[in-house]
This record gives sequence, C-alpha cells and structure tokens, in this order.
Amino acid sequence: MENGKVESKGELEDILESFSRLANGLIPAFHAIQNRYGYIPKERLPEIARAFNLSQADVYGVLTFYHDFRLEPVGRHVVSVCRAEACQANGSAAVIDHLRRKLGVDFGETTADEEVTLLPTYCFGNCACGPSVAVDGKLYGRMSAERVERILRGMGASA
Amino acid sequence: MRVYVPRDFSACALGADEVARAIEREARRRGITLELVRNGSRGLYWLEPLVEVESNGERVAYGPVSEEEVESLFDRNFLEGKEHPSRQGNPEEIPYLRRQKRLVFRRIGKNDPLALDEYRKQGGLAGLTRALTLSSQQIVEEVTKSGLRGRGGAGFPTGIKWKTTLQAVDDQKYIVCNADEGDSGTFSDRMVIEGDPFLLIEGMIIAGLAVGATEGYVYLRSEYPLARRIFEEALERARAGGILGKDILGSGKSFFLNLYVGAGAYVCGEETSLLESLEGKRGMIRPRPPLPAVHGLWQKPTVVNNVITLASVPVILAEGAEAYAQLGVGRSKGTLPVQLSGNLRRPGLVEVPFGITLEDLLFEYGGGTASGRPLKAIQIGGPLGPYLPASLFHVTLDYEELAKVRGIVGHGGIVAFDDTVNLGEMARYAMEFCAEESCGKCTPCRIGSTRGMELMDKILSGKKAPGSIQLLVDLCDVMINASLCGLGGMTPFPVLSGLRHFPEDFGYAKEEVEPLLQKV
Repeated sequence: MENGKVESKGELEDILESFSRLANGLIPAFHAIQNRYGYIPKERLPEIARAFNLSQADVYGVLTFYHDFRLEPVGRHVVSVCRAEACQANGSAAVIDHLRRKLGVDFGETTADEEVTLLPTYCFGNCACGPSVAVDGKLYGRMSAERVERILRGMGASA
Repeated sequence: MRVYVPRDFSACALGADEVARAIEREARRRGITLELVRNGSRGLYWLEPLVEVESNGERVAYGPVSEEEVESLFDRNFLEGKEHPSRQGNPEEIPYLRRQKRLVFRRIGKNDPLALDEYRKQGGLAGLTRALTLSSQQIVEEVTKSGLRGRGGAGFPTGIKWKTTLQAVDDQKYIVCNADEGDSGTFSDRMVIEGDPFLLIEGMIIAGLAVGATEGYVYLRSEYPLARRIFEEALERARAGGILGKDILGSGKSFFLNLYVGAGAYVCGEETSLLESLEGKRGMIRPRPPLPAVHGLWQKPTVVNNVITLASVPVILAEGAEAYAQLGVGRSKGTLPVQLSGNLRRPGLVEVPFGITLEDLLFEYGGGTASGRPLKAIQIGGPLGPYLPASLFHVTLDYEELAKVRGIVGHGGIVAFDDTVNLGEMARYAMEFCAEESCGKCTPCRIGSTRGMELMDKILSGKKAPGSIQLLVDLCDVMINASLCGLGGMTPFPVLSGLRHFPEDFGYAKEEVEPLLQKV
C-alpha cells in the first residue's frame, strides 16, 4: 500500500472503468483505490457514484459499512493489533497497552508526527501463535511488549 | 536434496520467510545445491517454523527454527537428518500428528500446494473424476448418505441443502464458498486455502455438478492476504490445467470460479450478509425465508458452504459415503478439523473423528496451558460460543452432546484460558464485539449489544445494582429469540455461560444467579 497523493486523475478513472463493468465491482474498486491512495478520497465519491450508476448515499453507505475502508489518510506505518479472544488468552492486553502508551494514540488514531496509525483487527487467523501484530501488512506472531518495542524501533530506523 | 519451509500465514508470522532465505543463502555460501520447497503447514504450530529435509525418501523435521539457527543446522549436517537440539524426527511419527485421522488435511504440509501434478499424485481429483460419472441426484445422494453437516457453524446437513438447490428450477445457479473465517480461534479455512487450494476448487466443482451450478465464488476475508495470493495462483493453474472452465477434465461440463475479497466485516460470515456483500452492497442480513438455497446470489438458487464443508466433499466422493459415515458418532459423522489455540502448550490443527473428549483435545493434544497455570475455561465454537468450565471437559465433540451442555461445535475452534481470565470481562467483550460488528438491521442486536455493554460495565463496577443480573438475562433472552441472525442471537452464549459457570467473576454467588438463569 502506498500513501500517494491524489493527483493523477487518470488512474482513478482507470480503476473505475475496469471495476464498474462488474455487477459487484464497488467493493473491489474501493480496495483498488485504497491500495493506490492509502484511503478513499471523499471528494472523489461523486465520480465513483457516477461510474457505478449509484447515488452518493449508496456509495457512502457501502464504504462506511466495512472496517477496511478509510476516508482519511493513514500514517506512514500502519500497526494493526488483534483484539480477539485467542490473542487475549495469550496476553495481548499487555501488547495493546504498550502500543497505546508508546505511540500515545488510541485505536483508529494516528500519531501527531503522522508516522504511525494504530488499528484494531478482529483476528488474523494466527490464533495458534498469538498475540498477533501486523506492521504495514507483515504479520508477527507470539508478540510481547518487548518484541513489539523492538519492531517499533526497527520502524523508526527505516523511517 | 529437498528442504521444506512452510509458506503459511502463521509460520511466516514466526519468521518462515526469513528462515527460507537464510537456508538458501547458507547453501549458496557452502556450495550446496538444494531444492527449497515451500509447503503448507502441518499445523503443529508450537513447532513452527518447522523445517523438513528429505533425504533417501525419508523426512526429518526440525523446529521451531529461527533465522539465527540456520547456520548451526548446516554445521550439524541437518541435510542428512543428523542430530540437532531442534530435531523432531519423522514429522508423521510425532504423536500429535500420528494420532489424528486426517481426511481434509491429508495432503496439507507435505508438498508445494500449488503443484498440480503433485495434487493428482497424492489422490487429488479422484473425487471429481468419480463425480463426473454420476448424475446430479447421485452426487447429492452420496453426500447425504455421508452425513456431512455444515462445518461453518450451523451444522446443517449438506446433502439436504444441496437437494433444495438441485430441485430449484432456474437458468443460473451458484456455488458460494464462505471463506470469511472471522471467528477468533479458527484458522482451518485459511490452512486449506493456503495449504491445499486445489482441494477447495475440486469440492466446489463437485458441488456445482451436484446442483447444476456453473458458476462459483469464493468469498475470502481480507485479513488473509497470503491465502488470497495462493488461491489466485491456484485458480490460474486450475484453469490452465483444464480443471476449471468450459470443459472440466474433458467432460464437456463447465464450471467457472471467481475469488472475491471481503472488507473486514465479521457479520459477512453470516450467509445472507455475505451474499449482499458479494453483490457489492452493505453486508446487511436478509431475513429468512427465502433461503439462499432457493433465492441466493442475485436471487438465484445458491449453495453457500464453508471451506471445510466443500473440502470434505472430494474424499466422500473418492472413497464413498459409507467410509466417511463410519467415522464419528451418532449424528456427527466424519472428521472435524479442530483448531486449538489460546493458552495451550501445543496449539494447532487436530483433525479427528467426532467423539473425542474435550479433555483429550486440551491435554493429550494441547498439552495443557502454556502458562503452566490451571486451565480455567475454554471458549468453544468461536466468539459467539459459550465458555465451558473444566467440569465439562469430559463431554465429547459431537453436535448433540455439546448441545446438551449448551455448547456448540461451531467452526471447530477451541480457545483455552488459564485462571487469570475474568469471565465477566469476557462477557463484556462479547457485547462490545457484537456492538462493533452488528450490521444494524435488527434492534435486538444493534441496540441490545450496546445496552449489554453498559450493563456489564455496571455489573463489573461491583456496585451490585439491584436487578442488573435479571436485566442482563432478560436482554439476552430477547437477543437470542428476536435477532435476525446468529450474531445477535448467539452473543448471549458467552455472556450467559460465563454467568452460569463463573458467577463469582460477575461478583455474584451461584445461588444468586441460578434462579434467574432458569428460562434461558
């Protein structure tokens, strides 16, 4: 995923052109747009609605129904933590506390320097190897506060 | 010389990719030629990354292997199966694996899941080949006789569902695979898609032949990116290999299959919500009837089955309904891939016939808690499943036997908790999860979950507000009986089971809550 600027109009048009041919193309289109831009730019919703021959309300309704889709840009890095039971049984609370404290944000928020966005996830299917944390899409298992700290530091180095 | 390193989401979360790269690097440095195979995971997750070497036709496993250990493996000549602290011997002789009865998982973890010729060699396509010689009615009959029940959670007899769709008359019918495996503590669908994708494809084609559907969709959750990549590749290869498309294995019959990726909504694992989402809309529940079997995707007759259900079909066709039905107990036929997770020493995938006790699963397989503390409770059947105390671990894995103790089989996930868990807090979490994930269509779920969360906060504050337990029980009663689907209808299960078995975690004595729990 790239957090690119929403400039090249042609690209969005291409995405809409190819997905609006499908009867069920709206959700795949949102995925493609978010993959390209990092979020779904709100100001482009009229265009998206037109391409799918839907009302803006319909498009907005679909968009906001799904946890994956975002109307705001995210930080340079996205840290997702599993909140579900199997990870809880293995001590995810300590990992979550550590992340919240260290980053100074709650779920759904981005750090003031726009470096990291913290998101909750309800299960990565890594239940046998929890607690689970994903950083920019790469999943890490058997996390602890210390291991998460190491990963955060590694991110700082790459940023 | 072959070395196997799993390409499985969990194994990779533990560093399997890094281990694979380190092995290649180290082999190059030492001038050794080896063939690196990325297999699926055998599901012995406490040993992942589990590296295997094959020399003289024998497999020797080493695990868990870290990137840093790779050099020492070479130093000690692991390529010839020599001693090493992480050596586990022949993987198939590890009791955890040897004691299982793997039907769905028989190939998983052995080979490259994308090697189609290997799939054939290991018995793949035998079920489809036989199905192509049978009529639709005969296939449905075979699946009905096998006693297979939906493995997604509802446990509805698959043959009856298929028969309904077969009898529906329409110009287009669909097979939809529910791969929106959102339940915490479950990962068997993911393992099948990543570890044996052709098996799912084969099962779906057979389902298509059985009901007269020529088009199918796999609805995969977006949290499984590796499964997505592997399945996309498998689809390409199945099309190129003449398995999918216009002329299935030269039979003249056709089946077209597509992958559709969800967008992070738990409720879309409910079949009607899934269908709405698959149509590109908000995943709002549809009231039933009509059943999807008659009015499903785009109002056409549609079979919606879970991954494990569909992946059980090829072996039933290949080996016959009787062989399958001989396994299991009572009305719970065949095998169930149980997923052990949470606080256990040996979490993983255990495929066994129904009838095994929970105790056997948790202790003989699972090895008890990882923390070494007493195992206080398990949650069985996903986040909407009940919490069961140790006094019920003698119960067998069986749809009916579990129902007698208000348990469910669900999708076969069992999450273990040691004695540090507070069931009152878990009950609150269940309500919070429901509030977060409710589609909003029906009031009991949409409002009830939020009110339930507030009530639990009040109860957990320890102030013992009069009537709050009564109110919680009444609320649960309404949610169970008046919700449109299982999300609202089953969220009370973890709540009430916690209250029933662990009232002290809610700040009450057994005598105080028992009379109130009579009606639910």
